[in-house]
Amino acid sequence: MTATWPLLSLVTFLPLVGALFILMIRGDAEVEARNAKAVALWTSLITFALSLLIWVNFDYTTADFQMVEKVDWMPEWGLSYHMGVDGISMFFVLLSTLLTPICVLASWESVKDRVKEYMIAFLVLETFMVGMFCALDIVLFYIFFEGVLIPMFLIIGVWGGPRRVYAAFKFFLYTLLGSVLMLLAILAMAWQANSTDIPTLLTTTFPTAVQYWLWLAFFASFAVKVPMWPVHTWLPDAHVEAPTAGSVILAGVLLKMGGYGFIRFSVPMMPEASDFFTPFVFTLSVVAVIYTSLVALAQQDMKKLIAYSSVAHMGFVTMGVFTVTQQGMEGAIFQMLSHGIVSAALFLCVGVVYDRLHTREIERYGGLVNTMPKYAIVFMVFTLASVGLPGTAGFVGEFLTLLGAFQVNTWVALLAASGMVLGAAYMLWLYRRIVFGVITKDDVRAMKDMNVREIAIFAPLVVLTLWMGIYPATFLDVMAVSVENLIGNYQTALDAATGGVTTALK
Amino acid sequence: MSIYALIVLLPLIGAFIAGFFGRSIGDRASQIVTCAGMAGALILSIMVFVQVALGGDAFTIRLFTWVISGDFVVDWALRFDTLTAVMLIVVNGVSTMVHVYSIGYMSHDDAKPRFMAYLSLFTFFMLMLVTADNLLQLFFGWEGVGLASYLLIGFWYHKDSANAAAMKAFIVNRVGDVGFALGIMAIFFLFGTVSFDEIFARAPEMVGQQFSFIGIEADALTIAAILLFIGAMGKSAQFMLHTWLPDAMEGPTPVSALIHAATMVTAGVFLVCRMSPLFEYAPLALDIVAFVGATTAIFAATVGLTQFDIKRVIAYSTCSQLGYMFFAAGVSAYGAAMFHLFTHAFFKALLFLGAGAVIHAMSDEQDMRKMGGIWKKIPITYAMMWIGSLALAGVPFFAGMYSKDIVIEAAYAAHSTIGQYAFWMGVIAAFLTAFYSWRLIIMTFHGKPRASAEVMSHIHESPNVMLIPLYVLAVGAVFSGYLGYGYFVGDEREAFWGASLFVLNDTIEAAHHVPLWVKLLPIVVGLVGIGFAYVCYMFFPIIPAISSSLFGPIYRFFYNKWYFDELYDRIFVKPSLYLGFGFWKAGDGNLIDGVGPDGVAGLTKDLSGWVSRLQSGYLYHYAFVMLVGVVIFITWYLLTLAG
Repeated sequence: MTATWPLLSLVTFLPLVGALFILMIRGDAEVEARNAKAVALWTSLITFALSLLIWVNFDYTTADFQMVEKVDWMPEWGLSYHMGVDGISMFFVLLSTLLTPICVLASWESVKDRVKEYMIAFLVLETFMVGMFCALDIVLFYIFFEGVLIPMFLIIGVWGGPRRVYAAFKFFLYTLLGSVLMLLAILAMAWQANSTDIPTLLTTTFPTAVQYWLWLAFFASFAVKVPMWPVHTWLPDAHVEAPTAGSVILAGVLLKMGGYGFIRFSVPMMPEASDFFTPFVFTLSVVAVIYTSLVALAQQDMKKLIAYSSVAHMGFVTMGVFTVTQQGMEGAIFQMLSHGIVSAALFLCVGVVYDRLHTREIERYGGLVNTMPKYAIVFMVFTLASVGLPGTAGFVGEFLTLLGAFQVNTWVALLAASGMVLGAAYMLWLYRRIVFGVITKDDVRAMKDMNVREIAIFAPLVVLTLWMGIYPATFLDVMAVSVENLIGNYQTALDAATGGVTTALK
Repeated sequence: MSIYALIVLLPLIGAFIAGFFGRSIGDRASQIVTCAGMAGALILSIMVFVQVALGGDAFTIRLFTWVISGDFVVDWALRFDTLTAVMLIVVNGVSTMVHVYSIGYMSHDDAKPRFMAYLSLFTFFMLMLVTADNLLQLFFGWEGVGLASYLLIGFWYHKDSANAAAMKAFIVNRVGDVGFALGIMAIFFLFGTVSFDEIFARAPEMVGQQFSFIGIEADALTIAAILLFIGAMGKSAQFMLHTWLPDAMEGPTPVSALIHAATMVTAGVFLVCRMSPLFEYAPLALDIVAFVGATTAIFAATVGLTQFDIKRVIAYSTCSQLGYMFFAAGVSAYGAAMFHLFTHAFFKALLFLGAGAVIHAMSDEQDMRKMGGIWKKIPITYAMMWIGSLALAGVPFFAGMYSKDIVIEAAYAAHSTIGQYAFWMGVIAAFLTAFYSWRLIIMTFHGKPRASAEVMSHIHESPNVMLIPLYVLAVGAVFSGYLGYGYFVGDEREAFWGASLFVLNDTIEAAHHVPLWVKLLPIVVGLVGIGFAYVCYMFFPIIPAISSSLFGPIYRFFYNKWYFDELYDRIFVKPSLYLGFGFWKAGDGNLIDGVGPDGVAGLTKDLSGWVSRLQSGYLYHYAFVMLVGVVIFITWYLLTLAG
């Protein structure tokens, strides 16, 4: 059964329609806020339900783009409105549509002013995120890719913490350079291939020398988004200043833009350059894993700690992608999905206690298990998932990326595997300082356990975390053919470039 | 057949009910549910043992796919062969006893359902480990028991020392687990599979194949086996990765008996035996296993001599006995290793639960210097401790004698340098074992009471719910050696083990033909050790005081556990924190931000002016710079191409 109606466009633009509705809401402040929240929640829930149809209609057997929509947009420029998904992008769409209603729910009580605008920002953000993962025209992709940043800037800058301006500014500076370079690269590619169509670009062979420059330009943009060491320092600040839901989307989806970019553009379109720069990426990835894990050990702020752990976890992603092995690549995608769920949930866990005590300082807590047993269980589940315990989502991605790396370079695998130890150290230490022990402070003793709304937010994330850990085949099956195809093309391109000399990996 | 899947599922169901509904169904119901689940699992395990180990009818239950990524295909499957069946008896037997015992032991605790849930959860993971059909599932159980151990060590979460010990256990184990994980990857790289049957079938083909690991060019199977063994060292608290085990005694005593004596810590031994078809083709790896095992046996015994915490003495004893199991495996006497694992589970669980009964009676006192003179007050516990110690010391006709003697004989029979080393270390450790066991008994039960009158007045024998598990384990500690000998290491061993163990050179056969003095030596040194302990602690208590001051440096070295904790603190823990802080402040703060965003901002004359302008319209700036970029690019393009 294939959908005859434009499913992807519906999923992409329905949130925008919701945002327009909210824009038209009038009334006194309280009614306005309540209605805005209701509209945002229902819109995002319906969007999520619709996006599940993408999965239902998905054909597992082909690496081609599916549910394709193509309309001429600016024919004189060769631009078209071209949308579609494959096994690589499909779950990222679902991740975006899943996390948006969760963000709306998570902000239900904590956001008090400019609720209307806040909800609009999240719905617009959803449109851009989904659009970015579906876009099959590189200019369209660029518009969505950069567009995502606008609502994100606003969410941090308007609803953020005391140093929000500094954080937004830092984010801006980092992103700026990458964006300009990527735009140049996109134009150069369009010029070279005489097309902005992504499927066409995927089959275009760019001259080796050009590939290096294109690769570096894309890298500048994607590395900041991932973020890779040493361009990661915007992330802890952005997370610390962002409201809880902002952190959830930032960690859950925005960090995946970089990894997705590497898989969609860098590796398949610039195979020789990717091959050439692989040692460079491995180095940065391993440094990210070890360096940021150690830095996470030293943190006194909950959000900063989880932010640094994100950088370490994304180090596994970049490592996995550039192994260009089936396990490494699938592991990287899986790791992004699991990190999208787990780190989002961890930021929500921070949000739960932040809403009660209004501090993120670890030392201010301690002994929460005594008064908040439900919270202790939920936090434990995600702590363990972050640590990569088998049976949780975190394990599969981490193990598969390491398995991929081992086949290519055992040093990389060994050094990255040290993250298994360090990750356990900083997460268990965080958990111990916050949840275990005796309560010594009266305001901590007065904290109430999670309410029904909070449990409703976490329930699907707990289920997904265990599902992805116990039966990851559900997710791996979707990406298998697309990844296999990508690796096949990559090898063919490399072989062709080296004059038909087959370089066997094993 | 598939009914046997319940062996694994029943404890999980028990854990689920007690864990999530414990508050609503109450303490008693939680205890009944978990104990019933364990009893069911135990009965089914006995049926499996009869069918598989005695009947020779091994089978596997496939559940469903777990991970599938390219060639990397892993199923959830339950494998039942003799090796598994033996472990099922050990795990479910001891676990059931510990569940029942905990009803009494934890009667004053207000989190009984949580405790029972954790115990059952642990058992579930342990069963997943021993029934694994592939390395990845074994790893699942492996990490799962690590989690359960973490939760149980830190069960009393209000105690800071318990939380620290729990973390330490998890993290030190993780160090080993990195080795294990890399070992799995190496095996997948070499064999293209992680399923046991396929690995075992193809192991002979891999002999002589070279493989380069982090620049070390060596025999492929040796590298894979050593990496796996690093995992085993962590879980089984072997020399250098042992530091977590003594601290793990922070957990409630039933936990120590179940996890840190009978089951989880033996997982490493199980792993080496399970992978015997691989290790047999990696002789160098086997030598390392034997060497590490023998060294641990003697090292832990020397530390055990000097400790005063009753549980820590037994913990070091466990560490030492695990060393015996490893060097048995290291000389290819896997049957002997499993035999010692089997008997040890009974008598060591008995000792721990007995120690728990003492601690329970002494109002939670664990320091033997504050005990003494209580044997008449708790005669049953005293008798149980005697039985456990007799078995541990290898006194004739108790279980420990049969298994320890064959282990030591096998080391001698290996006729290798490593074998000789293991033999002598094993003999000396046997002497020390007997000595510290009776040191424990005499200090704890005899002499003048050293506890306060308040404590002494409360001393009471434990309730039946605690004593009955002791009786059951005592039966095992007496008879398991005699009954098991023929099957595990005697004439029936080949039929018994079937295909579940693989040996190239049958050391056990050679062990049966060693000279008489080799057979008698362990027994003799054991008896001498007991006698010596009586001389030192019962008749002339001045001797320990004199000798500890006479051999001051050596005594302090042993007493401070060879200073491993201090060493690791200095070379791993402190530098990590120091580096982390340094990277954060100097790396991220001064260097990256200093050169990057802050530096760029600093270039403008007035930072605040920059920021306020940014605040008003940074989106505009952003768009503007993008546009400028485009213009420059197009201009350049036109100039170079069109011009």
